[in-house]
Amino acid sequence: MDNDDILQMRGITKRFPGVIALQDVNLSVRRGEIHAICGENGAGKSTLMKVLSGVYPHGTYEGDIVLDGGPVEFRGIRDSEAQGVVIIHQELALSPYLSIAENIFLGNEQRSGRGVIDWNLTNSRAADLLGQVGLAERPDTKVIDIGVGKQQLVEIAKALSKEVKLLILDEPTAALNDEDSAHLLGLIRGLRDRGITSIIISHKLNEIESIADRTTIIRDGRTIETLDMRGEEPVSEERIIRGMVGRPLDHRFPEHTPSIGEEVLRVEDWTVHHPIDQSRTVVAGASISVRRGEIVGLAGLMGAGRTELAMSIFGRSYGSKISGRVYKDGKQVQLNTVDQAIRHGIAYATEDRKHYGLNLIDTIQHNISASALGKLARRGVVDRRQEGTVAEKYRKDLNIKAPTVQSLVGKLSGGNQQKVVLAKWIYADPDVLILDEPTRGIDVGAKYEIYTIINQLAEQGKGVIVISSELPELLGVCDRIYALSQGRVTGEVTKAEATQERLMQYMTMEKDGSAR
Amino acid sequence: MSVDMNTAPTMPSGERARVSLAQRLSGLGGNARQYGIFAALVMIILLFQVLTDGKLLLSNNVAALFQQNAYVMILAIGMVMVIVAGHIDLSVGSVVAFVGGVVALSIRDFDVPWVAAIVIGLAVGALVGAWQGFWVAYVGIPAFIVTLAGMLIFRGLTLVLVGETIAGLPSQYIRIAKGSLPNVLGFVNNADVVTLVIGTAAFAALAFTQIRARRSLRKHNLHMEAFGLFLTKLVLAAIGIGAVTIILSLSAGGTPIVLVIVGVLVVAYSFLMGRTVFGRHIYAIGGNRPAAALSGVNTKRVDFWIFVNIGVLAAVAGVVQTARSGAAIASAGQNYELDAIAACFIGGAAVTGGIGRISGAIVGALIMGVLNMGLSIMAVDPAWQQAIKGLVLLLAVAFDLVNKRRAGTR
Repeated sequence: MDNDDILQMRGITKRFPGVIALQDVNLSVRRGEIHAICGENGAGKSTLMKVLSGVYPHGTYEGDIVLDGGPVEFRGIRDSEAQGVVIIHQELALSPYLSIAENIFLGNEQRSGRGVIDWNLTNSRAADLLGQVGLAERPDTKVIDIGVGKQQLVEIAKALSKEVKLLILDEPTAALNDEDSAHLLGLIRGLRDRGITSIIISHKLNEIESIADRTTIIRDGRTIETLDMRGEEPVSEERIIRGMVGRPLDHRFPEHTPSIGEEVLRVEDWTVHHPIDQSRTVVAGASISVRRGEIVGLAGLMGAGRTELAMSIFGRSYGSKISGRVYKDGKQVQLNTVDQAIRHGIAYATEDRKHYGLNLIDTIQHNISASALGKLARRGVVDRRQEGTVAEKYRKDLNIKAPTVQSLVGKLSGGNQQKVVLAKWIYADPDVLILDEPTRGIDVGAKYEIYTIINQLAEQGKGVIVISSELPELLGVCDRIYALSQGRVTGEVTKAEATQERLMQYMTMEKDGSAR
Repeated sequence: MSVDMNTAPTMPSGERARVSLAQRLSGLGGNARQYGIFAALVMIILLFQVLTDGKLLLSNNVAALFQQNAYVMILAIGMVMVIVAGHIDLSVGSVVAFVGGVVALSIRDFDVPWVAAIVIGLAVGALVGAWQGFWVAYVGIPAFIVTLAGMLIFRGLTLVLVGETIAGLPSQYIRIAKGSLPNVLGFVNNADVVTLVIGTAAFAALAFTQIRARRSLRKHNLHMEAFGLFLTKLVLAAIGIGAVTIILSLSAGGTPIVLVIVGVLVVAYSFLMGRTVFGRHIYAIGGNRPAAALSGVNTKRVDFWIFVNIGVLAAVAGVVQTARSGAAIASAGQNYELDAIAACFIGGAAVTGGIGRISGAIVGALIMGVLNMGLSIMAVDPAWQQAIKGLVLLLAVAFDLVNKRRAGTR
């Protein structure tokens, strides 16, 4: 064994009933490096990390784990943490109504003896840790009051409090904007300099390219290769993608020749206030429009008001004190409920499909028909045969990978879940489709399929609005892009004029018109 | 690039043989659980049949089983809908007593004909439901609180209304709970022919709808369960319905009227939950409320009508229960809400909402009923009976959880 390795996982095989999730996987991580793990969704990355951190205890998998030169058999997450292995999950595990300090020491409370918590010690140690991760918040602030980016930093502070040697981050920047991502990645580099080894799982290849020392690629539950990112030849994104999908990816975006028609939706002077804090303006006087056959992008950093704009248009499902005008096919319309919006031919596919998009404990069939059940019913009685036929059609058309349309949506991968969301709204046959982060958290191959579907929708003469945090995606897919900053539309560019730099300039524009 | 980017092969249409057994079993989803409940009921029946030296399945006992437990089954139908939607209703016991009081009072003090009194009772149930539905759906107070308040409010109003008891109800009214369908077709070997006809018709209707549904599935080339499984289910249904029919036909009265009421409600509500837009919306709301709202479901309206509905069903239970007692009693219906809730959970409803079936709740109610009857025949102390029922509820839900965990969510 290489003495330089802090971790070796050898011949790891993990079976679930009916599935082999990991097969003979090998992973070695050098002391003090940042090691990225790449792979499509469902490739087995998260499963491997759960084996490593003891979520799947010793005995439920085959193979050996060697940490710091000695074999380890974790029976649970407390075991692995005691040895300095800490995992930060994709879905953050913070308790929203507890303070930052309480969260950091949750399960590891700072006691003054006999189970009594020493609050002064707790808060002062928390303040120290917050300093280390560069988070300028008071330790007694409640976690619910800070943004996702800062919550991620709290997770890292929590890991540091446990004397972490090996930090595992599962998609740490998935929910973060570029600024917060950059800060987080800088922090991980800083930890490396202090001798903390990190394993990072990410779908964002540009991030991996910039931060990882080495990258291991997993495909279909097997290790494919480990790339040295700091070698003679730089490893390109294309190189990583080739390993992930098993073949080169010539084009990340399908060809699209727009044929643009009449204006189908126009929103004028749209202003929305925060649902609870009604004095806070979330969207301020925004005006946008989309034409038939056109794909329009909404770019913006987190908090720019993109989702809020979309949801407030979609039957006022977000916000308070909403004002402005909506024109559908040139006629002014009132969209006061989701039902009205749907009947006026507007659809909104959410960015958070698990919480707002799908009924995970129900079947593919029932999810697909959910928003247009009226089309399948006569006098309130659902025609289940027709419903099954429709669902089956979309399963084939959109290539939803599931044995039958009776499969539960909760068991599908992210990409296939997203296709179910799309199927639901395509079946509702809207004129305008608003797609909020349609490719978030799904793998490269499935992304391509989603883009193809978006193009097809536009070709059918629908107006499509795409909200995305990934600028290359907007540039690759959209015919026209609006940039939002602090609730206002700060710029509008056509595909020909658009560059990442130009969009970023608009996206960071302050209220007085200057760049941030 | 025109080729698609699949990494896994897609399932060719019609090639069902390639679906692995594990996938098929998981495709059964909730169904496997439903079969488990039926199996549990059969096992409990057999167990008590042995323990009571065959007394459990004596004709008159089976008829009494339905008559005694009609209220739980009627309430469980409404309760399972409330639970699937993610709510709870603690007030039904009080509403049963309240409606019973209203019906008895109308008959005794206002000389209302008993049929009209029942209609008044159902209307009062609907009003009670609308009252609670309003607070839950449109004000947004958790159903637990609203119906806890309702439990106190309607118990209190019942005491005001009834005092202690209102007796002297007409005999036609009392027949609802205690009577049976008239024997208009005579007997064959001591068996009531009306009962035999009803039993045969029930099975014929079941078989007909099942076969028609299956044929339609095949015609549309949709996924269906294996033929062997289908046939087994039909045969088991035939045995079950046949056994109940024959036993009841030999009982003193034949088919109890309440069984007809419950049967009609079960069929109607299974249809409502399984086949209609309204039923689908209930499952959608329980499975993921915000997602349902963003799919255009008017969640408030659905919530409201669910509570109106259980109000009416509680009124039906109130009518039946008052008839059974022969009088309105201020303390009637106590703990009925707990019986109904237990029946739902034993019958596979999920505490978190989104999952649950009418048939499951009915079987859950029957399991409780058989336990009651079996233990009573064995002359077990009522105190112990309660403890045993509690244990059964706990074990049923625990069994369900362990099963789910073993099925393995990654």
